[in-house]
Amino acid sequence: MVHNLIITGVGGQGTVLASHVVAAAAVESGFLVAVGETFGASQRGGSVTSHVRISRYRRYGPLIPRHRATIIVGFEPLETLRALLNYGNPLTRVIMNLHPNYPLGVLSGADTYPETQALMEAVRRISAGVLAFNATEIAHHMGSPVAANMVMTGALAGSELLPMAVPAYEKVIGELFSGPARQLNLKAFRAGVLVARGDLPAVWGNQVVKDGGK
Amino acid sequence: MSASGVRLDDPGRSVLLTGNEAVARGALEAGIAYASSYPGSPSAEVLEVLAALAEERGFYAEWSVNEKVALEGAAAASLAGLRSICIMKADGLNVALDTLTALSASGTKGGLVVVVADDPGAHSSVKEEDSRYLGKVAHLVILEPADPQEARDMTVAAFGLAEQLRAPVMLRCVTRVCHASGNVVLGTLPPKPAGRPHIGCQERYITHVAYHRIQEERLAQAREIGEGWPFNAYQGPPEPEILVITAGPGYLYAREAVEVLGLEGRVGILKLGMSWPLPEKFLLRHLKSASKVLFVEEVEPFHEENVGYLVACHLEEVFPLALYGKKSGHVAGPKGPGLGEIDVDTVIRALAALAGIPYEAQPGDYGREARELVKKIPRRELGFCAGCPHRASFWALKTAIALDGREVVVLGDIGCYTLGAGRSGHYLMQTVHAMGSGVGMASGLGKLERLGFSQPVVALVGDSTFYHAAVPALINARYNQSRFLLVVLDNGTTAMTGHQPHPGSGVTALGKRVPALSMEEVAGAFGIPVTVHDPYDVKGAVEALYRLLRQDGVRVLVLRRAYALLTARQEKKPRVYVDPKRCLGDACGCHRFCSRVFGCPANTWDAALGRAKIDETVCTGCGVCATLCPQGAIVVEEVTRNGA
Ligand code: SF4
Ligand code: SF4
Repeated sequence: MVHNLIITGVGGQGTVLASHVVAAAAVESGFLVAVGETFGASQRGGSVTSHVRISRYRRYGPLIPRHRATIIVGFEPLETLRALLNYGNPLTRVIMNLHPNYPLGVLSGADTYPETQALMEAVRRISAGVLAFNATEIAHHMGSPVAANMVMTGALAGSELLPMAVPAYEKVIGELFSGPARQLNLKAFRAGVLVARGDLPAVWGNQVVKDGGK
Repeated sequence: MSASGVRLDDPGRSVLLTGNEAVARGALEAGIAYASSYPGSPSAEVLEVLAALAEERGFYAEWSVNEKVALEGAAAASLAGLRSICIMKADGLNVALDTLTALSASGTKGGLVVVVADDPGAHSSVKEEDSRYLGKVAHLVILEPADPQEARDMTVAAFGLAEQLRAPVMLRCVTRVCHASGNVVLGTLPPKPAGRPHIGCQERYITHVAYHRIQEERLAQAREIGEGWPFNAYQGPPEPEILVITAGPGYLYAREAVEVLGLEGRVGILKLGMSWPLPEKFLLRHLKSASKVLFVEEVEPFHEENVGYLVACHLEEVFPLALYGKKSGHVAGPKGPGLGEIDVDTVIRALAALAGIPYEAQPGDYGREARELVKKIPRRELGFCAGCPHRASFWALKTAIALDGREVVVLGDIGCYTLGAGRSGHYLMQTVHAMGSGVGMASGLGKLERLGFSQPVVALVGDSTFYHAAVPALINARYNQSRFLLVVLDNGTTAMTGHQPHPGSGVTALGKRVPALSMEEVAGAFGIPVTVHDPYDVKGAVEALYRLLRQDGVRVLVLRRAYALLTARQEKKPRVYVDPKRCLGDACGCHRFCSRVFGCPANTWDAALGRAKIDETVCTGCGVCATLCPQGAIVVEEVTRNGA
């Protein structure tokens, strides 16, 4: 059994850090982990995707085969759908941030960005269920929109789709940061955990959509 | 990334490390005394980590001016009896190759490991070179790790091998090792490097053709070592129908492909940890028992050719045997055989075809329902970061060239600004080759006048590239009295690979403050006139460019501005916003100049209002768009540090 997690987003959103937190929590909990990521272009607005593979006994390579992702965590709606189409299957579970990040082509008016609702609905239809909310907005209320990556990581931890317990993640975050950054990131992480557990449904008018799937 | 896992003195513990960190860890465990590198993706983090630990572990680490000098420094440490490591990307090996081929002939003393990182798929490179061919040219032993654990293990082993053979050993990594992370079981850290570096008065390290024989003998010795080496391994049935020969991450892809297809009983995997020289006896044993061979490797068919030759030499013993891989078209990523990266699916397809079994990752109509709802998924183009001074520089250059009116030739170079060949740089750059080569080409074009060439020539280089490779070309241009304008895009750091310092930044890899080597003084010492301007002052930069374009001889313009993301972290940034009353949006002649033409990712469009909008989470507050908006609709609100 291997958990095939994809964390996807746009350069600068902190996907690499989030995948590091998940992977380190897994290693601390005694699992074998392989992470593959492409961060050559991470700061320049491109799609950034991390593959995180968690297994008990057997080592895997850093890339998930097509359509074999078990979980997709999307930091951006468009990238969530893109990853799902390439790596998903009808059993894939999805956690998605509804806050859009517009590609250069959209900013310039050459392309149009699909409706967020349509993106969410599209994701819902071809996956086993989606937890969708505006993590950027929650992070903003926690102190900085930049912490959206930790809100998403919290939602992943709280959803209990992976075999690690919430404190394992918190330990890694606590060691990774210091001072005010530690507080901010832990706060954001915990808010994400609450969202996944359904304990933070209607905060600040944030619409949380949880769909058990078909 | 971080040095915390690399420094742990906890043998036997399994920690999460990237491949780059694992190489650094292996070097620590091997007791290196000297580490050098020129930053290049995907291997830049190796020296970053080593530099962070150099002080506490008592060794020396440096960012060198280029890969050739880096290798020479590491070689010197080796000749003095110390263990040393030199790290570079594939393109860097081209720069260092002259020295490396000589070192292999002269021989070395302390273990010298040369880490070369290839970038299949060119994630952060302009080409996808397979450096194993160059390692072979240099008569070197080439090791290929598959994952971070092996990166650590092989680095440790490489030092021993280098000392046994008295020659450099090459560790060839690929992006999917360097930037992958995984569990690494730590070994023991030795006491700080002991022993006094020394070169005895009888010792000689001379490159001479007479040593070609020794190089060949050394390879024969390495081949014998490889026969029983644990990193060359076979797993699978004793008489497999299909034998996969693989190295690097291809090994893990092959293993998973066999698992996915359930071919454990029919397929065996022979993994080469030593890609050169080949363990011929070991290979032949397994080639004899198979009837089909599939080669899984990146990028070029290196094993395929070398094992293919071995097969040809032993045809009677291995017959019948069919070879499959890139040449047969079976191993082909999305771009085709031998192009780009391979992955698990590449191997699944190849094995399924050879084994004659069907495989479909998902029914072909998976995703149809989603595609009906979302017809088009826009691509994400790469562009300069928000507030990047290069964007302003390219805009200034574009404007100045338009004002000049002549057909200016723009020669490019390697670095972040290579993006300037695309929309971000208004497609201005007409050539991109290697570090510094735009300057050499400018020097040549500048001499074509007598043959009727009359176009003005502009060469663009980054600050790090200026020191790395532009200086000799500049000397050449000055000596031969060429004529062109060299524009140095100076953001004070090697931005492409994560902001390492260089000779102009006044700080070393070890964090020591040193006098900055000013490029004005360097060029000035050659007698070349230098102008310095701030690209954020776009109007002034345009004027400077316009004026310099019309001058003769070799001249240099430095467009200098510290990298915005760096400074934004340090200072409180000004708030920049659009005054919707003044912005004309689509209605005016500006055609949404800020978001459409200038293209800063923070200049967005508010469709509901029909007005421009600034994304404050992305904006760095550089204020350039405000100076360019024809309506003066963009407002920069200075925030004083204490007032905020
Ligand atoms: S802010 Fe200025 S440049 Fe941008 S769309 Fe409005 S008027 Fe045009
Ligand atoms: S001030 Fe303008 S050009 Fe500078 S980062 Fe902000 S939006 Fe981009």
